[in-house]
Amino acid sequence: MAIIYEKSKGLTERPLTYCPGCSHGIVHKLIAETLVELNLLDHTVAIAPVGCSVFAYDFFNCDGVQAAHGRAPAVATGIKRVAPESIVFTYQGDGDLAAIGTAETIHAAHRGENITVIFINNAIYGMTGGQLAPTTLVGQKTSTSPFGRNVAHQGLPIKVCEMLAAIPSSYYLERTSVHDVPHIRKTKAAIKKAFQYQVDGKGFSMVEILSGCPVGWNVSPVESMKFIKEQMMPYYPLGVYRDGGAEI
Amino acid sequence: MAKVKLNFAEALCKGCFLCADACPKKILELNEDKVNQKGYNPIHCTDEGACIGCAMCAVICPDSVIGLERE
Ligand SMILES: Cc1ncc(C[n+]2csc(CCOP(=O)(O)OP(=O)(O)O)c2C)c(N)n1
Ligand code: SF4
Ligand code: SF4
Ligand code: SF4
Repeated sequence: MAIIYEKSKGLTERPLTYCPGCSHGIVHKLIAETLVELNLLDHTVAIAPVGCSVFAYDFFNCDGVQAAHGRAPAVATGIKRVAPESIVFTYQGDGDLAAIGTAETIHAAHRGENITVIFINNAIYGMTGGQLAPTTLVGQKTSTSPFGRNVAHQGLPIKVCEMLAAIPSSYYLERTSVHDVPHIRKTKAAIKKAFQYQVDGKGFSMVEILSGCPVGWNVSPVESMKFIKEQMMPYYPLGVYRDGGAEI
Repeated sequence: MAKVKLNFAEALCKGCFLCADACPKKILELNEDKVNQKGYNPIHCTDEGACIGCAMCAVICPDSVIGLERE
């Protein structure tokens, strides 16, 4: 019997606490597989955020801590600087990274901190009940924008990759999606590249992953994948926004 | 072609249907005769002989329910 696919050794035995069909689970698997394939599992530290993935340190089979809301890049900076041989990554939602933690994100990028940021953009605050996030689309209905996001009222959705691309010390920035299998495979390649750049000491890397929150969006998991493709991708174009390795 | 064996960690399935939607052979369905410990109808395969071992179902499953082996 040859194994075609099995659960990654980079995940613990803990059942995930996410809702049915939540993209957090898909991205967890990709990170876990990457850490195994690059042989990093025994010296990696995961920084969990505040949000639905607050318990992420229980699911990755490596060391982990949980940071105050939005502060994951600051905590990652501290750990990476005192233990530079460790591989340090943050795992953050859009409320965490692009609202309360915007400052930490921008400054970590400006310092060219040698950490990897995995950014789950699901256009909503999942954990707290589906409120409007900085990344909520124009017109998108949430529990705090029941008539849809109105630019005059709540401003424009933040494009994090485009914003960080203006920073010369951002080494690698890519936006991907997990709405179908080919895009899941591309997301894995991007995650792997980001971790490899950290191993090579290249500095700040981030992969922004367009992700589904079926419960917060009030749609089925299958419909949530369609929403990513049809609604999110036109506003958040996929692609590489910076790649120091490719410019040489 | 060698036979493919599908393994389901049924207790972890949340019945989200993403695997069934991704399957090119459309051979995955929720088992309405069963409810797992979590309270969901778990996924099952209606025609294992038709499985081509593409692993699309396993790759998209957020909860690592599906494993695949080739005999
Ligand atoms: C200092 C502080 N402010 C606010 C909160 C409430 N809170 C918990 S999770 C969250 C937002 C989470 O949204 P996101 O980062 O998008 O992650 P998701 O739950 O969607 O994965 C907020 C505002 C908190 N826990 N701590
Ligand atoms: S609320 Fe949304 S992001 Fe949170 S676990 Fe449920 S589906 Fe996932
Ligand atoms: S391996 Fe491919 S054909 Fe077989 S059940 Fe999974 S998705 Fe369907
Ligand atoms: S994708 Fe996984 S959790 Fe969802 S129905 Fe299929 S086996 Fe169950």
